[in-house]
Amino acid sequence: MIEINHASKWYGDFQVLDDCTTHVAKGEVVVVCGPSGSGKSTLIKCVNGLEAIGSGDINVDGLKVNGRKTNLNKLRSRIGMVFQSFELFPHMSVLDNVMLGQLKVLKRSSDEAQQRATLLLDQVGLSEHAGKYPAQLSGGQQQRVAIARGLAMDPIAMLFDEPTSALDPEMINDVLDVMVDLAQDGMTMMVVTHEMGFAQKVADRIVFMDEGKIVEDSPKDEFFKAQGSERAKEFLSKILTH
Amino acid sequence: MGDFDYSVILDNLPLLIDGLKVTFLLTFLAVVGGIVLGTFLALIRIAKVPVFSWVAAAYVNFFRSLPLILVIFWLYFLVPLFLGRPVGSFYSVLIAFILFEAAYYSEIIRAGISSVRDGQIAAGRAIGLSYPQTMRYIVLPQAFRSMVPVLLTQAIVLFQDTSLVYVVGLKDFLVSAELVANRDQRLVEMFLFVAVVYFIFCFAGSLYARHLQRKLSA
Repeated sequence: MIEINHASKWYGDFQVLDDCTTHVAKGEVVVVCGPSGSGKSTLIKCVNGLEAIGSGDINVDGLKVNGRKTNLNKLRSRIGMVFQSFELFPHMSVLDNVMLGQLKVLKRSSDEAQQRATLLLDQVGLSEHAGKYPAQLSGGQQQRVAIARGLAMDPIAMLFDEPTSALDPEMINDVLDVMVDLAQDGMTMMVVTHEMGFAQKVADRIVFMDEGKIVEDSPKDEFFKAQGSERAKEFLSKILTH
Repeated sequence: MGDFDYSVILDNLPLLIDGLKVTFLLTFLAVVGGIVLGTFLALIRIAKVPVFSWVAAAYVNFFRSLPLILVIFWLYFLVPLFLGRPVGSFYSVLIAFILFEAAYYSEIIRAGISSVRDGQIAAGRAIGLSYPQTMRYIVLPQAFRSMVPVLLTQAIVLFQDTSLVYVVGLKDFLVSAELVANRDQRLVEMFLFVAVVYFIFCFAGSLYARHLQRKLSA
């Protein structure tokens, strides 16, 4: 579904991604972790072309993201993305946030879009908040709306960029629960997160990044038991002791 | 000061109100036209389309470096020349105001657009909206909301500046008052009255702009 082949990227002289190669198969859940500044957010943003890679290839569903002829808008509409800072549209109601892409990109009728939005808001437990504005919701609620907004496009895969990092601790689980449900329903997911509990529960593979490189890419059990690289061990011991 | 005669105002009220209508109509159309053209210029500059954004920048810098009165004066002669027929002083000054104000509005709007977080653009693009759609549905509505007080303040400045149509003799509020003042030899009364009217509208407008600003930052 998602194939990243030898992707590198520079900001001026600084190399943020260094020859990254990995993949996410259909229905697979891959968790990407690593210390801050390791390039994991950049990598996930390259998957739907929000950031451009400098060299290498990224393919999604057989389409080359960095290809000159690829219709990026169309490709993006088929990949849901959830951001660390939610990025709901503050001038629209929750319902309109979930409907906008359906109306303007998928050209669904407003009845159809509303039906779908209502169903998804129900699924993330927020149907009674449909008429509210994002500012009236807690962070956890906003993030669940953002997930519904992504799902409304009936995506073939979902990308999560540190979806719980900006949340108060008591709200993290509400969001993770929605993500676990999604994973168990067979959604293809690439998730940048430090939530190792989530990783242990639903991840198929763990990708560990450091200084722009993919240092480890192994099945979940292997990652948590063997802990191949010293750097990954050190990282894990740091985030798991607390 | 005992020989003030305020009846001159009441006696000529219909004429003065007609003049005030011209002033308001000119302000309103110039604000709308200026914002539309200004938004267009701001979008071109922000999108960094080669050549076009350079032309837009040159346009803005050009008009911001000229005195308004000169622009009014020039357009008064140039518009009929371009169109090949007389259009009347109202339309020629309206075009002058729109062209001139658009340069200022485009800078306000550009700042407003830049104040919308980058993450909002990313979120719009991530659901598959095109760049123009992202601007139309996500960025501009938020930008305009934050800009309303500044746009209103600029409109108040424009309201005052419309009095410059004096140089081409368009019968706005000021020119109407001056006609009465000269005809009836009541200069002091009329110009005091004109000042009070301008003050009331501008001060009320500024208070409202400040109120909106406070509401926004609350």
